[in-house]
Amino acid sequence: MSGLIELSWIMAKIVALVIPLFLAVAYMTYAERKIISAMQLRRGPNRVGWHGLLQPIADALKLLMKEVVLPQNANRFLFVLAPMLSIMPALAAWAVLPLGDGLVIADINAGLLYVLAMTSMGVYGIILAGWASNSKYALLGALRAGAQVVSYEIAMGFALVGVLMAAGSLNMGEIIRAQEGPIWNWFWLPLLPLFVVYWISGVAETNRLPFDVAEGESEIVAGFHVEYSGMAFAIFFLAEYANMILISGLAAIMFLGGWYSPFHGLPLLGPMFAWVPGIVWFVLKTCVFLFLYIWFRGTFPRYRYDQIMRLGWKVLIPVTVVWLVVVSGMILTDFGPWF
Amino acid sequence: MQAVKEFFSTFMLTELLKGMRLTGKHLFDAKYTLEYPEEKAPQSPRFRGLHALRRYPNGEERCIACKLCEAVCPALAITIESEQRDDGTRRTTRYDIDLFKCIYCGFCEESCPVDSIVETRIHEYHFEQRGEQIMHKSDLLAVGDQYEAQLAEDRAADAPYR
Amino acid sequence: MIEKVIFYVFAAILLLAAMLVITARNPVHSALSLVLAFFTSAALWLLAEAEFLGIALVLVYVGAVMVLFLFVVMMLDINISVIREGFARYLPLGALVGVVMVLQMLLVIGAGVGEGQVSLALADAAGESGAGGNNIRLLGSVLYTVYVYPFELAAIVLLLAIIAAIMLTHRRRADTKHQDISAQVRTRKDDRLRLVRMPSEVDDER
Repeated sequence: MSGLIELSWIMAKIVALVIPLFLAVAYMTYAERKIISAMQLRRGPNRVGWHGLLQPIADALKLLMKEVVLPQNANRFLFVLAPMLSIMPALAAWAVLPLGDGLVIADINAGLLYVLAMTSMGVYGIILAGWASNSKYALLGALRAGAQVVSYEIAMGFALVGVLMAAGSLNMGEIIRAQEGPIWNWFWLPLLPLFVVYWISGVAETNRLPFDVAEGESEIVAGFHVEYSGMAFAIFFLAEYANMILISGLAAIMFLGGWYSPFHGLPLLGPMFAWVPGIVWFVLKTCVFLFLYIWFRGTFPRYRYDQIMRLGWKVLIPVTVVWLVVVSGMILTDFGPWF
Repeated sequence: MQAVKEFFSTFMLTELLKGMRLTGKHLFDAKYTLEYPEEKAPQSPRFRGLHALRRYPNGEERCIACKLCEAVCPALAITIESEQRDDGTRRTTRYDIDLFKCIYCGFCEESCPVDSIVETRIHEYHFEQRGEQIMHKSDLLAVGDQYEAQLAEDRAADAPYR
Repeated sequence: MIEKVIFYVFAAILLLAAMLVITARNPVHSALSLVLAFFTSAALWLLAEAEFLGIALVLVYVGAVMVLFLFVVMMLDINISVIREGFARYLPLGALVGVVMVLQMLLVIGAGVGEGQVSLALADAAGESGAGGNNIRLLGSVLYTVYVYPFELAAIVLLLAIIAAIMLTHRRRADTKHQDISAQVRTRKDDRLRLVRMPSEVDDER
């Protein structure tokens, strides 16, 4: 009986996380369209509802109504499985992300590793979608995406190794607690190169501009999801945006002190903002990164494929390795307020 | 020296930051969006929209069935049949324009010796049934009658440049 | 009780997936079944509270190795009937290898070789880092104290393997057209563009 209650409690927690997440995804698309159009001196969606606020709902309804077309000679089972394989890890990784102090579904010791494992699973959805579609554009997109994600996972993993060295733990809560203090106590300062590398590889990992060669509308139509329509396409869309929010949330936890306020522990400002719950700070920090995602998309042209590979292997990975050595030096010398 | 400077500027991502500053600045600029159904962009007097057949002020139709427009039409959208009318003049019995074929190039208007076939400023129209896209002579004349004032004004405004 | 149920469910899935790996006709399906097998065994390890090993299995094998494997398999256009041809001929050899493997495992597990050493070392490490130390901490301290030389040696062997693989496949053919990306990135305006100042010309013919 108690097991049943516990199970339903866990389910309730999952629902309480996933529904806001889906809403966040929906309004992320709205924010993206609005901000990019503002950067291009347009107004963006403003017809459906007040200032177009109902636009994501209308889009979702449209996609729900549309027919899912199965291409000829497509591998039916894998074609349907692929979108699910891409959304599943994007949602599963959220289980270990602490939104506030103690606000976490599963507080496991190997939290960081678990997140890395889950994000590395996401590539299967893309590869299978490309292969099962029986379309050359989709296959090309899938191959590009696969190679890119596998390459950037290494740089990203190395950058996070720096974080776990600095925090001395793989547990997300412990990592945040190791950064307790005002804004300059957080890990972004001592680990600045790793922070930048993490962020760049995070953008590449989610196949977003300027690293969106997996979609590459101008070259390979829409890449891996060219054959998908209706709800199946919507699930890929959800997965992409859920992954973006995940990477942003991770950045907030790893480098920007998660739920801590930027004035935490300061004599005057600290008590002034003490009433703000930790989750608000976490969400604000995540939003900063989401805005950066959109800003990048509005600014940078797409990288050429060989340049992406060069950046990942010949620039980012050496930078992380060098800085890991520096971090070990800092840990040994108890450098600054961080170690 | 130059190489060292470039090395550091690459690692500081200066060029990327410059680009982001530009887009960041435009984020708050005034927007150029036209709220289309409520606001409309100004049209030139030479605007080429839906077709019309004009009449003389006395009510006589201008078209003399010379078929120059039919000949010049690059999309073969115009079909004309003509007959001698009782007063001895040559007039069209059929003047059809297939709007699906028409590419709105304006050659028919250019070729017309009597300024009969013209293109109006109307560009917001639609068809609900198959077959509606073919404008018959009566439809064209009706459009011409309705917008004659505007049409005459536009021709007059454009006349000095012809 | 509930753990046993979960164990048997996962074990059944694992066996099924392992069977599918060798019986599936489509090589992509085989590779995917292998992914499922890895994933379920990771779940079993989690059940045995070896969370580091379980997650590392997902991270390394599912996340990286199998992706590359799938890559290769997806590119192949394998003729299934040709592969099946030699089945009867190679069956005895395969069966022999299988039997030998089972015997070896029985010998190792039955004799309990190695079991004592590892658990001893783990206990030592647990004593050093305090009883509350978690799985990962334990593994780390054992790897970097008791097994530091084998560990470093393994790392060097892997590094050698990487370098060897790159050396074997990396050769530059003279007739291929390739770009020097670093040179492209380093290009500056001054290298390519020359601004010329000249007086405006007057066209006399008009």
